[in-house]
Amino acid sequence: MKNKEPIILAVVVFFTLVTYYLVEPYAHHVMHKHVESESFAYADLPAITKTGDAARGQDLVMGAGACVGCHAIEAAGMPAAMEPQMAAASYGVNPPDLSNAGVIYDARFLTDLIKNPAHALKVEHKFDADKGQMHPMVGFYGAGGDIDQEVADMVAYLQSIAVKPEAVTPALAYENACGRCHAMSYENWTQIGTKPKFKHEKDSLAFDIKVLEYQDSIKTYMGKLPPDLSMYIRSRNEQFISTLVENPQNHLAGTAMPRTGVTADTMDKVIEHMKDAGDTKRHKREEVGKTVMIFIVIFALFALLWKKQVWRDLH
Amino acid sequence: MAHFTKATSVKDWLNQRLAIEKVEKVMASEYWIPKNINFLWAMGMVLVVTFVLLLVSGIFLLMYYVPTTAEAFYSVNYTIMREVGYGWLWRHVHGVAASVVFLVIYIHMFTAIYYGSYKKGREMIWISGMLLFIAFSTEAFSGYMLPWGQMSYWAGMVITNLFAGGSLHADGLVEWIRGDYVPAQAFLGRFFMLHVLLVPIAIMGLIGLHFAALRIPHVNNQDGEEIDFDVESKKYLNGDKAGSKVMRFANDFMSKDMMVVGIFLIFFFYLVFYNYGFAMDPVNFDPADGLKTPAHIYPEWYFLWSYEILRPFNIDLGLALFGFAQVIFVFLPFLDRSPNSVPANRRGAAFKVWFWLMLSNMIVLTAMGKLPPEGVFSQIGLVAAILFIAQWIALPIITSMEKKV
Ligand code: HEC
Ligand code: HEC
Ligand code: HEM
Repeated sequence: MKNKEPIILAVVVFFTLVTYYLVEPYAHHVMHKHVESESFAYADLPAITKTGDAARGQDLVMGAGACVGCHAIEAAGMPAAMEPQMAAASYGVNPPDLSNAGVIYDARFLTDLIKNPAHALKVEHKFDADKGQMHPMVGFYGAGGDIDQEVADMVAYLQSIAVKPEAVTPALAYENACGRCHAMSYENWTQIGTKPKFKHEKDSLAFDIKVLEYQDSIKTYMGKLPPDLSMYIRSRNEQFISTLVENPQNHLAGTAMPRTGVTADTMDKVIEHMKDAGDTKRHKREEVGKTVMIFIVIFALFALLWKKQVWRDLH
Repeated sequence: MAHFTKATSVKDWLNQRLAIEKVEKVMASEYWIPKNINFLWAMGMVLVVTFVLLLVSGIFLLMYYVPTTAEAFYSVNYTIMREVGYGWLWRHVHGVAASVVFLVIYIHMFTAIYYGSYKKGREMIWISGMLLFIAFSTEAFSGYMLPWGQMSYWAGMVITNLFAGGSLHADGLVEWIRGDYVPAQAFLGRFFMLHVLLVPIAIMGLIGLHFAALRIPHVNNQDGEEIDFDVESKKYLNGDKAGSKVMRFANDFMSKDMMVVGIFLIFFFYLVFYNYGFAMDPVNFDPADGLKTPAHIYPEWYFLWSYEILRPFNIDLGLALFGFAQVIFVFLPFLDRSPNSVPANRRGAAFKVWFWLMLSNMIVLTAMGKLPPEGVFSQIGLVAAILFIAQWIALPIITSMEKKV
């Protein structure tokens, strides 16, 4: 009798793969728009033409640039003027501490942001100065000299006070770039910072109230509460998140989420942090996976040998 | 009362009380299996193993799962995935097994259709098998509600809405099932109970029935040959193992079962560790939100073909045809009027075409059920759904015209 098993196996595998292809890769391809990465080049923004001077930049940031009027810069000894929920009540969202802005954000992006926030952030559909819709971050109009030089100086200053790129941890990247809008409860992160362990329930509740106040402001500012990103690495994929951050309008036309202008390196770290929150056991999975596969292959080999032995007498 | 003597060994002691030797013969060593069967006959054992995987992983998950709308999502995605040792592993095993079990069920079903294993005394095997299919479907659907993610909520909403019966507007029935106007705590509690208690019990009972139904007719074989099990088993027992057409279930066929199970488990654990995405829909990792309808609502892949029979028609006709599709497989043994119980490829062109068309068409329905119902997809879906119904209507006609082979 001819052995039909190979052909039967081929038929089963064929129909299984066709079904898999249709309901997974193909259906996803049809249902989800594919957005190519722009490799965080920000090519739509003007190229940098000037080399900045950090010392002059410091004077501008602290003085004429007015940045510290709204932003804290802890690294330069400038603490926040108000608590986050108070700042959010004035600006809609807490202007982030700029200590590490120089390493988190792309230089070309920063250069454009300082002059024209709504443009760099790609929220001009919401903030049109001609219609009197002012972005809460006021653009820099120049301090009397060459404005491009002045902006370059401020960028150079921000870069000079920031930590080295290697020192940016995944959590730091997330907290700086996304944390003022997106909570991450599985990492204990709220929009106003990491929630401390309180001894007294009263203090814990007081903290929660500040968070709620903050969220109310941001809801009014953005039209909706930006989602808690704890599980987003699983509900969206890496490619989606990174192309969304690169340019939110590509995925969600008209959305209130701004382009954050992070560098490719920051993005990798943000993703890493999201994995720490939503795919915490991925390293363990790799490790256990290898062991289990080896074990199961050995099991299958023994099963095969047993079958051979039992069936020897049957033919 | 039976006569008991002083036992000579533990085995003897048990034998007097439980007849374990007899049971062992009936269930294993003298449960005769034809030799001319291929690895497709190991799918039943693969299903048993997968069910055990589901049961064991489910028991572990149950220790930490919290069946409340406020806590369910957190207990699954935080507590089980992050805090509990190996909780992530149990969850992935459970999720992947729930999906793979349907793949194997479909292979098992189509094997039975191809070889005509639902005929000539094997009707009860088929019927109990279909009851298992229904029980597994209920189990899978109720389980899908438990993480209380977006897909749990919205699939729960859409499926329970079907009970309104289209223009019958039996909204009272829908509310009665949900225990509320929308899926909420009462709904989750009920599906939790179904998933961890009632349906698993039903499944275990049905597996027992399925096996009992197999015992008398024995399993079919790949040549549609009628085997005289008494004669052939005597030959075997008299020492002519090679000449007999049958073999023992244990250890003879079981050793092959285990070989197939081994290969299956390599595939299974590859999926668990390296390719689990297909079994755990991303959308369900967003917490349930009754105010935010997802862009695409679709059931898990194994329900897609019947979902697609519902979709292309107006609601009343769609529901009627959907109901038809749910139950029609049960009646296969009676709709197939042919006297032949041989493999499909030997039953003449008509049934051969019927079989391969049914299989391919169900794959087309599956694909269209997931794709958005727009443009050419909805047209293909419509044609495929009509074809599916037409094939079932044609079945008694083409099979009664079949010539005896
Ligand atoms: C009038 C207050 C105000 C001033 C002045 C101001 N900012 Fe801002 N800045 C904001 C607010 C508010 C935001 C948050 C906007 C949002 O998220 O929509 C912001 C955001 C930023 C961001 C983060 C952008 C991103 O991609 O997420 C950077 C970097 C920044 N400001 C730098 C500066 C610098 C440098 C200066 C000085 C030249 C400055 N800001 C002056 C209010 C201000
Ligand atoms: C200034 C506030 C703000 C910042 C900063 C911000 N986001 Fe958002 N984000 C939003 C808002 C608002 C939404 C909701 C958008 C919508 O639904 O239109 C959103 C939505 C999202 C979504 C969900 C999109 C979807 O598919 O529904 C993701 C993912 C996301 N943000 C990731 C990030 C990441 C990663 C960062 C940091 C690199 C970040 N966001 C920074 C405001 C922000
Ligand atoms: C998870 C549920 C199921 C389990 C555990 C199960 C188990 C088994 C086992 C162990 C066998 C004997 C070995 C074999 O032929 O594979 C068998 C045979 C069979 N099963 Fe199932 N089965 C299940 C579901 C189904 C379903 C859904 C159907 C289809 C309606 C079905 C129809 C049959 C038929 C017709 C046979 C006889 C095959 C033959 O005689 O050749 N079973 N089943």
